[in-house]
Amino acid sequence: MLHANETMRPKGAALTLRELAFTYPGGTEMRFDLHVEPSDIVAVMGPSGSGKSTMLNLIAGFEQPSSGRILIDSRDVTRLPPHQRGVSMIFQENNLFAHLTVEQNVGLGRSPSLRLSAKDREDVATAIERVGLAGKGGRLPGSLSGGERQRAALARVLVQQNPVLLLDEPLASLGPALKDEMLDLIEELHRAQRMTILMVTHDPRDARRLAQSLVFIEKGHIVATGKTEELLREGAPEALSHYLGGRSVV
Amino acid sequence: MASGMRIAAGALPLALIVALVGGALAGLLMQGASSAGSTALFDSYLFQVTRFTLWQAALSTLLSVLPALLVARALARHPNFPGRRFILQMFAVPLGLPAIVAAIGILSLYGRAGYLAPVAKALWDWQWPGAYGLSGILIAHVFFNLPMAARLFLAALETVPPHQWRLSAQLGMGSLASFRFVEWPVLRTALPGVAGLVFMLCVTSFTIVLTLGGGPGATTLEVAIYQALRFDFDPQRAVALTAVQLVLTAAALWLLTRFGVSLTGDANLPLSSRRVLFPTGPERGFNAIVIALAVLFVGSPMMTVVAAGLGANLARLAGEDAVHRATATSLGLAFAAASLSVTLSFGLVIARRALELRRGAGKPGLTERLFDNGAMMVLVIPPIVIGAGWFVLLRNFVDVFQIAPIMVVSVNAVMALPFAMRIIRPAYDAASQRHERLCASLGIGGFARLKLIDWPPMRRPALLAFAFAMALSLGDLGVIALFGSDQVQTLPYLLLQRMGSYRTADAAGLALFIGILCLGLMAIAGREKAGANVARE
Repeated sequence: MLHANETMRPKGAALTLRELAFTYPGGTEMRFDLHVEPSDIVAVMGPSGSGKSTMLNLIAGFEQPSSGRILIDSRDVTRLPPHQRGVSMIFQENNLFAHLTVEQNVGLGRSPSLRLSAKDREDVATAIERVGLAGKGGRLPGSLSGGERQRAALARVLVQQNPVLLLDEPLASLGPALKDEMLDLIEELHRAQRMTILMVTHDPRDARRLAQSLVFIEKGHIVATGKTEELLREGAPEALSHYLGGRSVV
Repeated sequence: MASGMRIAAGALPLALIVALVGGALAGLLMQGASSAGSTALFDSYLFQVTRFTLWQAALSTLLSVLPALLVARALARHPNFPGRRFILQMFAVPLGLPAIVAAIGILSLYGRAGYLAPVAKALWDWQWPGAYGLSGILIAHVFFNLPMAARLFLAALETVPPHQWRLSAQLGMGSLASFRFVEWPVLRTALPGVAGLVFMLCVTSFTIVLTLGGGPGATTLEVAIYQALRFDFDPQRAVALTAVQLVLTAAALWLLTRFGVSLTGDANLPLSSRRVLFPTGPERGFNAIVIALAVLFVGSPMMTVVAAGLGANLARLAGEDAVHRATATSLGLAFAAASLSVTLSFGLVIARRALELRRGAGKPGLTERLFDNGAMMVLVIPPIVIGAGWFVLLRNFVDVFQIAPIMVVSVNAVMALPFAMRIIRPAYDAASQRHERLCASLGIGGFARLKLIDWPPMRRPALLAFAFAMALSLGDLGVIALFGSDQVQTLPYLLLQRMGSYRTADAAGLALFIGILCLGLMAIAGREKAGANVARE
């Protein structure tokens, strides 16, 4: 299946979806089988409505599967509430509480009641600095740019130190330059924490840039998995090349 | 917070509403069952009152809705009309103005001793007929409902997509063609709902008919219920009247919900709209006259409230013990009612959302719909009916005048519920929409969630709903008319008493005072609302 990152360190966790089934009311059944090696970065691609976000929501615990299991480092988390799964998630938007400062928002990643020790505060400050928001810890999200808000969310991921990170099109609302910066930042965070990352994206360049592995979903099923480079080269599965429309097949 | 706890938060308010309405109905049923001579219940008096109730409501609806169509259209076609913003705000004032205050304004303008009478006498040597009876009731109902209907129609016209206006300008549609192809289609859709709402409000109108109606010739069911209990002490007849009233309002409400109308009568109006229209000269003139007449009609009673109020001996009133006590009672009861109302609203809103989240994308269940619309159902049952039910139920056990505070607070709280929920629900749902997953993902729950996440964005809406509910309760003359006594007097009750003993100047002074209190609260609410809108952007 998917290949492990060669320079693996212990922070990431293996992620396994075993016959994970889910149906929206009135929709057809979706079914996901997947194994991701610890610390891998996986791009999740597919047409709109194919079930990419649903798969991430199932892993995060925002949707409950009708059957099947989710294993994180061989621990069954299928019935656990979202915050006990060891999973962080960043959405396209609304990652921050608008009425709390950047510091508070990041601090919530450490303590959900914002009871922070001196050490926690220090970590929060370091995280904010690392994502390039030094000096903006006291700001409200409304006064930040879209890119800065996503950085703040990444700072929270840093203090959460979860072994799995799910990114649901976190770059979709950013311009090209900001997008590059964010990809750099995610790469850097990954180097530091080695978490396993699943990232939904529409842009094959993002996938090439960041992800060693690629998963292609269509109509609620995973129809192709493999190394990003190989899948995006000539001879990609028909569904994928149709989706790409010949765009990035180099 | 566990979703079980959140759902329980809604069960309590629902239970209270059921108890309040159920107790009233039980009282009425018991009284009805104990009365043997049911043949005497449906006499000519009842028939006459019912006929007048429907007749005045139909006339009021016609006189409010037709001009409102013209006014709304005129405002829609002149987005840059001078003072348009002010006019729209003025049209919102009657929503917050207590009926008894408006009655004073109308009496001091159109009354036999009003400002118009000497003018008519001098100009045409015409003996002014005064404002008591059907004419006064109609004037008051149009005063309240014309601006509301105009705002609702204007809101409907604002839904016309800009490209349709552009197209109509490009095709050179004149006023009539534009009306036929662009405006009438949306107005026609809004018409049954707006007319139904006005009709229902007029059928259940109490204060206006009590103060401006006269004798059996101009009495509605609600006022007749009040008179049967307060003056004739004829609970049998009160029960019969109430039964008819319930049937009428239930029928009206059934029709209304079929048209999918908002029962709180508020319209979301953008203050400025960018429309490029090129009305011709004559149309311009016509619309200007329509708007000016509407402004004059709606604005003048407000002015005369102020003028007549200032004419009263305010210093003496301010020194009166009765006024002090009534002010304290009014503020206390209104504060309690508003607190209760906001608390109940939160309970219902939180519980409804929890059920919605739990079911995911499925269809809402019965409980969820009850949390949603349970409060709205209260509107079928007018306060007077609830008051009457409890009045006949409790009169054998306690001194009904002693329980006035409890009745006033609970009924007013429940009456304000639909309005409070209209303010709180969208804000809460939007915040929940943004926060639910984040909270789940970060494990924020319980008290920490309440304090850190849920409360801060709800502070403004809660305050807004509170101010609105308090204003509503402060100016209300419904339950207190039944339960009021020398021991428990609110400001509107005191005003009614002064009117009853022909101390007109006192009444005018009190009306000004109540009007200032209520509109002051509304203004706070309005500012909060504006602030909340800014904060959301």
